[in-house]
Amino acid sequence: MSRERERILAAIRRAQAGAGSPTPPCGTEGHRQAGSLDRASVLDRFVGRVEDYRAKVTRGSSSALYRVLAPALAARPVRRLVVPADLPEAWVLALPPGIEILRDEPGALLSHGQLSAAGGVLTGCALGIAETGTLVLDGGAGQGRRALTLLPDYHLCVILASQVVETVPEAMDRLAPVVRSRGAPLTFVSGPSATSDIELSRVEGVHGPQTLEVVLVEDA
Amino acid sequence: MRSRPLPTFPSTAPSALGDEQLRANLRKATTTIRRKRASVVQELPDWEELRARARAIKEGAMAELDRHLLKLEESVTAAGGVVHWAADAAEATRLVGDLVSAAGAREVVKVKSITTDEVGLNEALAARGIAAVETDLAELIIQLAGESSSHFLVPAIHKNRSQIRDLFREHLGPPDLSDEPGDLAEAARLHLRQRFLKAQVAVSGANFAVAETGTVGVVESEGNGRMCLTLPRVLITLMGIEKVLPRLGDLEVFLQLLPRSATGERMNPYTSLWTGVTPGDGPQEFHLILLDNGRTRVLADPVGRQALHCIRCSACLNICPVYERVGGHAYHAPYPGPIGSILMPQLLGPGVHDSLPFASTLCGACAEVCPVGIEIPRVLLHLRARASQGRVKGGGGVPGSGGKEEIRERERALPSAAPSAPLLERCLFRVGGWLLRRPRAYRWALRLGRRLQPALAEKGWIPRLPGMGSGWTLGRDLPALPEESFQEWWEREGCGRAASPTGDGSGGEGNRGARGGPGRKGGPP
Repeated sequence: MSRERERILAAIRRAQAGAGSPTPPCGTEGHRQAGSLDRASVLDRFVGRVEDYRAKVTRGSSSALYRVLAPALAARPVRRLVVPADLPEAWVLALPPGIEILRDEPGALLSHGQLSAAGGVLTGCALGIAETGTLVLDGGAGQGRRALTLLPDYHLCVILASQVVETVPEAMDRLAPVVRSRGAPLTFVSGPSATSDIELSRVEGVHGPQTLEVVLVEDA
Repeated sequence: MRSRPLPTFPSTAPSALGDEQLRANLRKATTTIRRKRASVVQELPDWEELRARARAIKEGAMAELDRHLLKLEESVTAAGGVVHWAADAAEATRLVGDLVSAAGAREVVKVKSITTDEVGLNEALAARGIAAVETDLAELIIQLAGESSSHFLVPAIHKNRSQIRDLFREHLGPPDLSDEPGDLAEAARLHLRQRFLKAQVAVSGANFAVAETGTVGVVESEGNGRMCLTLPRVLITLMGIEKVLPRLGDLEVFLQLLPRSATGERMNPYTSLWTGVTPGDGPQEFHLILLDNGRTRVLADPVGRQALHCIRCSACLNICPVYERVGGHAYHAPYPGPIGSILMPQLLGPGVHDSLPFASTLCGACAEVCPVGIEIPRVLLHLRARASQGRVKGGGGVPGSGGKEEIRERERALPSAAPSAPLLERCLFRVGGWLLRRPRAYRWALRLGRRLQPALAEKGWIPRLPGMGSGWTLGRDLPALPEESFQEWWEREGCGRAASPTGDGSGGEGNRGARGGPGRKGGPP
């Protein structure tokens, strides 16, 4: 095994010697590192771009979260809802009655089968990217492990207005610390799962959630 | 390296060209993706700056590839992963097989990966009694059909819905399955869900790997990637050594360029980035295999090494007039299209795939859309020169590829005039070059040609050339020489009189400068 390693490294060094010195990188840092929109426009763009993926977005305030969560869930045949153990209690309280809550507790993790059979999952997220209509999960507070947002057919995701950035570079700047410090796994979610493999007709809902719904929480 | 020669592009393209269904599918698909790409690319005001940055990052990564790979190994190891090195396909497939066996599994679920196609992983695993289940919809389709991919991103681009329905009815059921894409996708979802839930081992490729942090990334749409990267206990990732990026901060550039170039989306539905092993979340055993398999050979070529910058977006396939007409199978390579035409001959070395650099019109559209600024036409010309030098020298100096026999073999397969073609070709080019430098002789040759051509021309076109020229007119008609050439028209109009005539240019003039005034240089009539 280490013989292969030395072989490859030696071949690389030979190739580099033969190829001469590299051209120094030029024209770097010319692209945008941040956006230029005001906050209201960033949020509007985020909502519009998420909707472009045919995901539903509702805007609400944290004091009246139940006004948004209850109708969203009532409109769907979700009887059992998965939530991460550390989902804010206020969000759990905002859920309509009659829905069984399945908590993914560290000591009593839900099995993949249970997750697959559950009707939906409610989580928060790490941040949102307006320019691309993307939600990013990093396994941090209120998000749970990756399987939670993958196996249920319906993903209801709550995002705070303060979590929305305009561009991809801004998002990576914010995410870098958790990757560097705890090797956080990142999942970028842009709309429901989809395929265009058959005659390029877009079909939503393949292996990941068939429906993505986003609640944007704005506080005055 | 290979025991039998691969079919050449000229030998496989005609049947693809004759397939009406294939051409209709390809035309529809490539036009649709091109249009989507163009619309999302023009949304970004800094697209060109992003391309320049991407190119600089890749050049930097290649310039110190050894250092970055060692750093990657260190980072992945520190994050709980295990790094393996594979110099060639045999070693890579052996490693994967051993790891799967060590995990006690007989079946692996796979994320779409061209690199695993390149090393023939599925076949190698099958030989060890391990079933590899493709989970990307298109890969599943072609796996069921027993075919190979014809496009990076939509590998089943050559199949239509009724062909897919028939396959699914036969292999997945139900027998009354419709040909609606939604129903077909649902059938695949149901078929694969149980497999995902019970899979012990997954095999993936990688779009990027960050040396600084050991973070590996996979970009996808369907969620099959997330399933494979999240549910099984063991994850094995096979990546080419050229996929390494030095810094975590480099990712944003490629996350912007790749989805827009590839599927024409602002962002693909899912991107997974993982860093080693996360306790309690996802696979608890992670193996990263770093594959060379010819990449260091590419790296050694100062002109050709930029082919290693490719991020497999397939924008060059979608824009290529040649690819659009023949599809991916005509290239007989895991990497088709313009990028395949510069990558394959280099990965496998001279003598194999030498016909691919000629499968291009050199229109340059590929270079214009390439998100990392690979100068594909320049490398194509470089490889054409290499291929013809190899041929002139009788294949001498072809290292370790059995190229000589293969070249002979290929020449036997060409039309009958071909064995002498290199010599004749060289004579023709020399005569042509001589004529182009001597306007008077050029005009005389033109008049001679015009006198001879009635034997061949029909209504302004020459449908068939004799002798070795016949190859040229196999797939196209040649326009006949016109009654009056541009030069003659120019003179008749009196435009050329102001300029002094040059007579025979005395060599070395080439096509630079208009010393003889416009119209005095020989040019195509």
